[in-house]
Amino acid sequence: MMISLIPILPLLAAGVTALMRRGQKTPAATLVIAAQAGSTALCLLAFFQTLGSEAGHGEVARTYVNFPWLSLGSETLSLGLLLDPLGAGMALMVSFVSLLIFIYSIGYMKADANFTRFFCFLSLFSAAMLGVVLSNSLLLTFVCWELVGLASYLLIGFWFHKPEAAAAARKAFLTTRVGDMGFLLGMLWLYSASGTLLFYDHGNGCLEKAALAAMSAKTACAGLAVSNGIALLIFCGAAGKSGQFPFHVWLPDAMEGPTPVSALIHAATMVAAGVYLVARMFPVFSATGNVSVALTTVAWVGAFTALFAALIAVAQTDIKRILAYSTVSQLGFMMLALGVGSVTAAMVHLIAHAFFKALLFLGAGSVIHGIHEEQDIRNMGGLRKFMPVTFVTYAIGMMALCGVPFFFSGFWSKDEILHVAHQWPVSQMPFFMAATAAFLTAFYMTRQMCQVFAGSYRGHAHPHESPAVMTVPLGLLAGAAVLMSIPSTPAWPWFHGHHTGHAVTLDFTRLMEREFLSIAGLSVLLVTAGIGAGYFLYRHFAKDDPLARFWASGFRALANRLYVDEFYRATVVRALGLLGCLAAWVDRRILSGTVRLVGALSLLASALSDLMDRFGINLGFDSLCGGLRDGGQVFSSWESGRVQGYLRFLSVGAVLLLIILGWLLT
Amino acid sequence: MTLLTLIPFVGALLVALLPWHRAARAVGLASMAGVLGLTISLALGYDRVAGGIQFREQHAWIPSLGVDYFVGADGMSLMLLLLVAIITPFAMLTAGPGISKLQVALILLLETAIIGTFTALNFIHWFVFYELSLVPAFLLIRWSGTKASTAAALRFFIYTLLGGLAMLVGFLGIQIAAGTFDLIRLGEMGASLDGKLAAAFGSPSAGLLVFCCIFLGLAVKVPVVPFHTWLPDAYSEAPSSVTMLLTGLMSKMGVYGFLRLLVPLFPQRMQELATPLLWLALATIVFSAFTALAQTDLKRIFAYSSVNHLGYCLLGIFAVAAVPAGAPVARAAATNGVLLQVFNHGLTAATLFAFVGFLERRSGGLRGIADFGGLRAAAPVFAGLMGIAMFSSLGLPGLNGFVGEFLIFSGTFKLVWWSAALAAIGLFVTAVFLLNIIQKVFTGPLPERWSKFPDLTSAEILTVAPAIALMFVLGICPQVLIALFNTK
Repeated sequence: MMISLIPILPLLAAGVTALMRRGQKTPAATLVIAAQAGSTALCLLAFFQTLGSEAGHGEVARTYVNFPWLSLGSETLSLGLLLDPLGAGMALMVSFVSLLIFIYSIGYMKADANFTRFFCFLSLFSAAMLGVVLSNSLLLTFVCWELVGLASYLLIGFWFHKPEAAAAARKAFLTTRVGDMGFLLGMLWLYSASGTLLFYDHGNGCLEKAALAAMSAKTACAGLAVSNGIALLIFCGAAGKSGQFPFHVWLPDAMEGPTPVSALIHAATMVAAGVYLVARMFPVFSATGNVSVALTTVAWVGAFTALFAALIAVAQTDIKRILAYSTVSQLGFMMLALGVGSVTAAMVHLIAHAFFKALLFLGAGSVIHGIHEEQDIRNMGGLRKFMPVTFVTYAIGMMALCGVPFFFSGFWSKDEILHVAHQWPVSQMPFFMAATAAFLTAFYMTRQMCQVFAGSYRGHAHPHESPAVMTVPLGLLAGAAVLMSIPSTPAWPWFHGHHTGHAVTLDFTRLMEREFLSIAGLSVLLVTAGIGAGYFLYRHFAKDDPLARFWASGFRALANRLYVDEFYRATVVRALGLLGCLAAWVDRRILSGTVRLVGALSLLASALSDLMDRFGINLGFDSLCGGLRDGGQVFSSWESGRVQGYLRFLSVGAVLLLIILGWLLT
Repeated sequence: MTLLTLIPFVGALLVALLPWHRAARAVGLASMAGVLGLTISLALGYDRVAGGIQFREQHAWIPSLGVDYFVGADGMSLMLLLLVAIITPFAMLTAGPGISKLQVALILLLETAIIGTFTALNFIHWFVFYELSLVPAFLLIRWSGTKASTAAALRFFIYTLLGGLAMLVGFLGIQIAAGTFDLIRLGEMGASLDGKLAAAFGSPSAGLLVFCCIFLGLAVKVPVVPFHTWLPDAYSEAPSSVTMLLTGLMSKMGVYGFLRLLVPLFPQRMQELATPLLWLALATIVFSAFTALAQTDLKRIFAYSSVNHLGYCLLGIFAVAAVPAGAPVARAAATNGVLLQVFNHGLTAATLFAFVGFLERRSGGLRGIADFGGLRAAAPVFAGLMGIAMFSSLGLPGLNGFVGEFLIFSGTFKLVWWSAALAAIGLFVTAVFLLNIIQKVFTGPLPERWSKFPDLTSAEILTVAPAIALMFVLGICPQVLIALFNTK
């Protein structure tokens, strides 16, 4: 099947570049980009295959191929690949964004000694990520999921000579691994409950009716349906990968990686894999209805993360960290959309976000590149004059992220999330949290724009615009960020139709409905207020942050990321270390000690028996021997070798013999 | 079968008797190659459809006691023989060209004993080889001749010998009750053996006592926490190539003993005692992982990590024993997982110790994780290949370690869900200490003293390349191995 080539092409490219030498920069980049281009073309073809499903009536077109992997007794464990509208859209986005970022990387990483290795890891990442997207088996998803994590680990720590980068890589891997243990257990539970890990398998898959009915009917404990238990465990994995609270700590640190990596992995694709996983497993999450325990949890976690991360972003000074917290916050929006039951809203925002956030990161990379590796926005300013292309494209990305009305994709996708959150029957709280986060987003992005591009340059480098190999991808992504708004408006909800298999029509009257107008009105208001406040405070930024002047202690807490890292260091990290020391202590003192004690006791016992031997048994034996020896000496003195002596004994003996014989005979 | 045991034995004699030092390595390698070739041909000739024990050879030895010379192999033994055939030359080559004649002879003798153990089907026959392996192992562990290595070797010897004696006592009891040492026949008795023991000794707890004796012997060998204290010293004091044999092969004799002796002979006892046994397995997994976290010596870390990985094997074995009927897929998954894990751990742990050996050779014996830093800059191939082995040990999908652990966990979860859930802690902690090693040894700034740290030589790359390649093959296509022992 054609779609199996989509991940295999970049995988092969990764394998070949792994064997290349450091100096072979051009062949490595050419090979990787060619493979990625092929994969993108195939994704496009696959995407066209799924088109037309919107003409149907609620029937989603799915094609899949399953193949056996290993045998277990008389059964086989199968893996599979799946093509459906959900995956096809995601795959196209992933491959397209990857391709652009690979091209951009040629410029960005040109001078790096490990250029070849960089492209090898990028290609490995792309292969694994496409595997996650196109998998038809939770096991294959997990396999690719971990490989994506490996690629992320290798790329965050790409500049491994920097201790911070090495630490950030390890932190990312371990934090997500905590979540992945939940994912693993959820997967095992799913396997145990449904007997399969294939998503779709002609009615026998775990996302199909029979299995879902069985899982939702059974109760695990405390009234929790098995399906919800499984969903919650899988959500742990999703939350880890997507940087949801309380697993968000690794994502800002991951910015230690090269900027193309941040754009590709930690903004556009991998971090969205958690959202995609929940979307893929949505039938399990919603097996007990659209307000199941699992979905409610997802909604709350998402809403909280959206607000929490947006707050922290307000007080950051590193250009990439602001964007990282913004990513965490936007992923929270997507999770919220899933939690309140709208897969489409989440996926539209996911894809729109991928484009504009990749654009923002690449723009940030262009800025960092242009002012010689400076990342602190306090030392920037006035870059609009030096980097016009970067400025314009960055502004488009920023407006899309803030949700500036009508011409930017972020407006429509965020609006849709607010809309579905507003309709959630459980609580209105998440809606208000998300609305506040939307306001903060506009605010912190304006703050950043002002500090980076407005005013006059405060640094000491010589700012310059980046080469075309970097600015062309910026332009393409900016175009995508704008164009994505067309299929996401309520007037032509093409995405919705594509995902659910319903026909869509162009109908502008839907824009006039009261529900839409009220939410859109609110979000326009919020964006205006956010941008206005940001502009008002930061238009003349010089040295000190005006917010810090208003409320110093609060600003400090936010700048210190609300002390979550410190909290973890004091609790989880320390507990692990202490448990390790405790185990080692028990091992050395108690277990080995017991063995030594047993050894010592047996030595003591042997010493005692030695004493016994020596003074008890041996004493008797020795004295016997001594007696014998003495006797021997006496006898040997008789053996003098003198014939006279022998004759004397002989005669005495003969006389004695005669006496005895005589006595016996009488 | 007999030939398989004879090849390394004759090789050992030849090496020991030949006067030339230089030829020792070549002769050793040739006999190991012979073993490898023969094992592969046996594995290919094994009738997988029929399954069961094949290639049987049985001759009376001491008929009055029921002691036979009895060899044969099923899928499990063949898999282990393959492991032996691969790891032994790997270990010998790792030691480099400077290896002495006597060392080669001892390694061959050890290979003989291990092959004998994995093919014997009569207890006494099995036991002779099982104990025979101790002698060359003892001498090899104390090869460096330091006081510490002698103490470690002595502890290893006494500990294992005591375990072996306990086992011998147990089997004498069985012989008295059942009248045979034939493992196949004893296995067929299975459930009724317990009753026979009770009748023979006039006490219902006789069976339990015999079970405990055999368990103790095997628990020391694997080892199971808290019977593991001989291991870290032995693994860290022995030369790395010897540690490869200890962890790659000798620890498997314990797991094999569980599967060949304890499980078939005492199914009921295993089921009754399943909960405490599972707790022991969990203790082994979690305790050793945490202990590894606190170590600073690379060899000790990998030693505890080894205990941790074998803990998963025990988990799978005990979970299957806990639920003797039903859930055929889960049981098959756990059993196949255990066997895969045995092979994978042998391969991966041996490779890791090979790398430690290379590291020691370059650092003049230093192997503390704090002694290094940033080595990846100086030795990228070294760091890359050792990184692959570490990620295999960590259970990264796509490499061999994952498949066995996944199957064990999936089977165990279905059978005894809580034990799988708790064992996941071990998976996490393993990742912590392995990434610690990578961070401290390979990343960060390169210190001045290691700026000339040499990368792997081509000979070293060639030595580890087959192992690394196997890690990928078994990670991507585990069926090639599973097909050997999967029972329909």
